[in-house]
Parts: sequence; C-alpha cells; structure tokens
Amino acid sequence: MDYSQFLYMRDEISLIAVIVILFFADLFLCADRKEGQPSKILTVIPSLALFLQTIYVMVGISPDLQAEAFGGMYQTNGMMSVVKAILNIGTIIVFLMANGWMARSENTLKRGEFYLLTLCTLLGMYFMVSAGHFLMFFIGLELASIPMTALIAFTKNHQESAEAAAKYILTALFSSGLLLYGISLLYGTCGTLYFNDIAPLLSDCNWMQTTALVLFISGIGFKISLVPFHLWTADTYQGAPTTVTGYLSVISKGAAAFVLFVILAKVFAPLMEAWNTIMMWLIVLSITIANIFAVRQNNIKRFMAFSAISQAGYLVLGVMSCTAQGMTALVYYLFVYLVANLGVFLIINVTEQNSEKVLISDYNGFYETNPKLSFIMTLCLFSLAGIPPFAGFFSKFFIFMAAFKAGFPILVFIALVNTVISLYYYLLIVKAMYINKSKSPIATFQSDKCSLAGIALCALGVVLAGILSQVYEYINAFSYGL
Amino acid sequence: MELFNMIEGIRVDMTWFLILSALLLMIGVYGFLTRRNTLAILISIELILNAADINFAAFNRMLFPDGQEGYIFTLFSVAISAAETAIAIAVMINIYRNLKNNFVSNLDKLKW
Repeated sequence: MDYSQFLYMRDEISLIAVIVILFFADLFLCADRKEGQPSKILTVIPSLALFLQTIYVMVGISPDLQAEAFGGMYQTNGMMSVVKAILNIGTIIVFLMANGWMARSENTLKRGEFYLLTLCTLLGMYFMVSAGHFLMFFIGLELASIPMTALIAFTKNHQESAEAAAKYILTALFSSGLLLYGISLLYGTCGTLYFNDIAPLLSDCNWMQTTALVLFISGIGFKISLVPFHLWTADTYQGAPTTVTGYLSVISKGAAAFVLFVILAKVFAPLMEAWNTIMMWLIVLSITIANIFAVRQNNIKRFMAFSAISQAGYLVLGVMSCTAQGMTALVYYLFVYLVANLGVFLIINVTEQNSEKVLISDYNGFYETNPKLSFIMTLCLFSLAGIPPFAGFFSKFFIFMAAFKAGFPILVFIALVNTVISLYYYLLIVKAMYINKSKSPIATFQSDKCSLAGIALCALGVVLAGILSQVYEYINAFSYGL
Repeated sequence: MELFNMIEGIRVDMTWFLILSALLLMIGVYGFLTRRNTLAILISIELILNAADINFAAFNRMLFPDGQEGYIFTLFSVAISAAETAIAIAVMINIYRNLKNNFVSNLDKLKW
C-alpha cells in the first residue's frame, strides 16, 4: 500500500491533530476539582488551534489540486478545500460566540466537551465533502449528526434542550434509514458505490434507480432542512443552546448543500431531468412555506429557524444549474449567508446571556439601550434580506443569474417574489428595535471581548464580501461543473 | 453435513429478499408514524435500517458475489446504527428524568 496517499488528506489529518491536542489540553488543564477554576489558557486554545488549522488549510488551496486516494474512496480538489476553509471560518466564529456561555459556572466542567463535539461534527462534514464513495459519504454524514445530538442536548437540565435533541435524533435516524435504503437500491442496480463508476450505469427508465434518487434527496434534504423534511428544524433551533443553533443553521447546512451539488452533478447526472423536477418543487416549497411561517413567529430563535429554511431554498437554487457558475454562486452564497446569519446569532446570544430574553417583542426599544448592537444586527438582517449595498444582494443576484441561465425563469421569478416577502419579516425585527417603544427595554450591557471580535468579523464580512469582487473571483477560480 | 447440502440445494430467489426488506421498511415507516412511545419509535427505525442491511447483504450474495462491498457496508451501517441508538437512548433517559415518562405527546413544550 502506498502510504503517501494520506498526504492528500492534509485537511482532515490536521483537524484530527487539533482534536487530539484539545482532548489532552482538556484532560490536563480542565477545572481542578479543589479550586474549581479552569485554567485561563483553555479559553484561548480552541479558537487559536482552529485558527492555525484554517491557515494551514488555506495555504494548501490551489487550483491544480485534484487528487483521489484509496482507490477513489476519498477525493479532493481546490473547491472542496475552499468549502472546508469556509466551514472553518464559521466554526471559529461559533467558538468566539461560545466563550461567554462557556464561562458560566454550570459549564465549567463541560467546557472541553463542547469544543471536542463541535470539531468532531466538523470532521464529519470534511469527510462528507471529500467523499468519493457512498460509504465514506454515509460515515461522514453520521459523524456530523451524532455528536450534533449531544450538542443540542448540552444543557441537560433544561427540558427544552432534551426535547429538541429527541426531535432531532429521531428524525435524523429516520432520514438516514431512508437514505441507506436508497443507497442499497443503487448498489443493487449498479454493483458499485464509487461515485466515478456509478454515473455510466444509470438510466432514466429504471424505477429502482429513480427510487434511490428520491430516497437520497429526502435523506440529505433533512440535513439541509428543505420543506417537506423541515419539521424538526424550528423545534430543534428553539430548544438548542443559542450557540449550537448558530452552528446548526449555517455550517451543517452549508456542507450538506455542497455535497448535494457534488453528488447530483457527478453521480446522478444521467437522471438530471428527474432530479431537476424534484429539486424545483422542493425549492419553491421551502422558500414559500418558510416565509409564511416566519411572519407569525415571536421567539427570535424560532424566527431564525424559518429564515434559515427559506435561505436553504435559495442556497439549493445553485444546485439546479449544475454548471461551474452554479457552483461558484452556491459557495459564495454559503459564505455570505454564514457571516450574516452568524452575526445575527452572535447578537441574539449576547443578548440572551446578559438578559435571558429571546422574544422578538423583548427587542422593542433595543436601539435606545444598545445602539451599536442594533445597528450591526440591522446590517446583518439587510444582508440576509438582500438589500443592495450589502453582500447578501450580490450573493442572491449570482444565484438567480446561475439558475436563470440554466433555464429556470419561473423558479427565479418565484424566488424573487419571496425575497420581497422575506424583506417584510426581516424588517419586523428592525422595526421592533428602532421604532417600537417599550416600558422595560433590555438594559444596556457590555458584551464580552470574544463576542465583540466575532461581531466585528461578521460586520466586516457583510459589508466587504459584496464590494470586494476578489472574493467572488477567488471562488470562481476553483469551480467546476457537470 | 447432509443438512448443509440440503440447504445448498435450495436457491432462494432474489425477489424474496427484496420483498422481505420492503416489508420491513414499510413496517418501520408505519411504526415510526404511529407509535407514541419514543422507544417504540426507535425500534421502528431499527427495522428500517435492518431492511437496508438485508438488501446490501442479499445483493452482494446474489448479484455481485465477486466483491465484498455490500457486506462491508452492512458492517459499517450496523456499527453506526448502534452508535445512533446509544445516543438516542441517552437523550430519552434525559427526557424520562425530566418528565417521568417518554411519550411523544408530552414533548409539546416547543411547537408552532
């Protein structure tokens, strides 16, 4: 066996190294039982280690990178490394977000677990993104979703947290069972599960392969929370700790959307007509139904859940075309959505940590007491809604352009109409913060330094990612299509 | 030995394996939708996973006897479903501690 193949897995192996380092750091530096105070250094290590690893991943990105290892089980190329780097940036922001929450006394002993579990799910997403075989893909998917359950149930004395975790794990198990059944049908008709070998063996008129396609899309649609499979989303987002909700809403969703693109373009290319129809209905339903439900929410985390479902619809719009342009648009959308959504969640999180308030009506008069935070939240919400100077406008524009060029004008029209509806409910929060008066607004508070750093990063991303065309061109240099 | 030879003699048709796994899948989906106890839901999900495993093993044995891909996939999926069940049961114990029962109708704090 040629051991040099392991060198292709540099991203994964460096992440495993980070996990091992954190494990030992947690083992030897964690809260001493007598003193009860964790070592200060523990607050820095996770973000710092992941930051160094991100730099390592980014250094390795090059357009010529194109490799397969272990007989095609594992594949990597420049775009996949770019996606991994984006997921890493998101995870660093989530770690910055978690710091205030982790500093609470009830989490002193559990601090290390949070970082380890989060990085394990990240490792699963890495493998999922780089899979070249359905077994690898399935293991990555499960590695991403099993530790996620533990994260959702992290505050184990809260009943909401346990309930959210139960709803998540039961639907996750059900959908992965269906996915597995789909893969078994694919195996039965093709005799192989390597992505490279399946495509020539597929044909339009084989009902078993079509069933496999449907089951595959429903399995991964659960991960991205597209509409018929979205029922867990709102409950889980509301019940989970806010930091975990932020992680769940962008990072696992983004990884799954990219994988959906790769597999549909590479494996199911001969069934393109079939899955185009399926995806079209899923996108229309996701965007429309999520928008309708988002309008009537009062809990802000629940509201963001429905906003995330509708954003997932836009994200998957990039899959429809299956061209290089579509892939660039999808990854760019993912990046822009990541900074904007995490920015909103950072502010929700600091507010919740300082005042225990999570209802939209609690935000009445927020501008009077915390003008800077409400200003940045407004920027992020505008970016999510797609208002021109901010990055969200450009990402939506590219996604629409890719789908329009691929020949789906009606779909783009429906998505455009829904953008206007989404503007209405994003502005509801802005209205609550600036216009609505409240007798007891959330008191002025000072956010912790880590959260401030995260908020600054997100604000910069929201403002600059759209104006600086280098971001789009950089991603575009790596993309490839059908 | 004679018994073995007799069994060797009987070729079970591929179709029967597919019918068995499809039945298991249907029972699993039905149970998932109708059961009210979280543990019973978990058992139903295990049926779905087993249906897929039967498919893999049967396809490998009957259609592609040269390779081992299906068997290997079965082994991995059994291991993964064990891990999933372990964490699902941990969550359910947590719910039981909070609520003193584990019926889904009581998981109604988060809705709409």
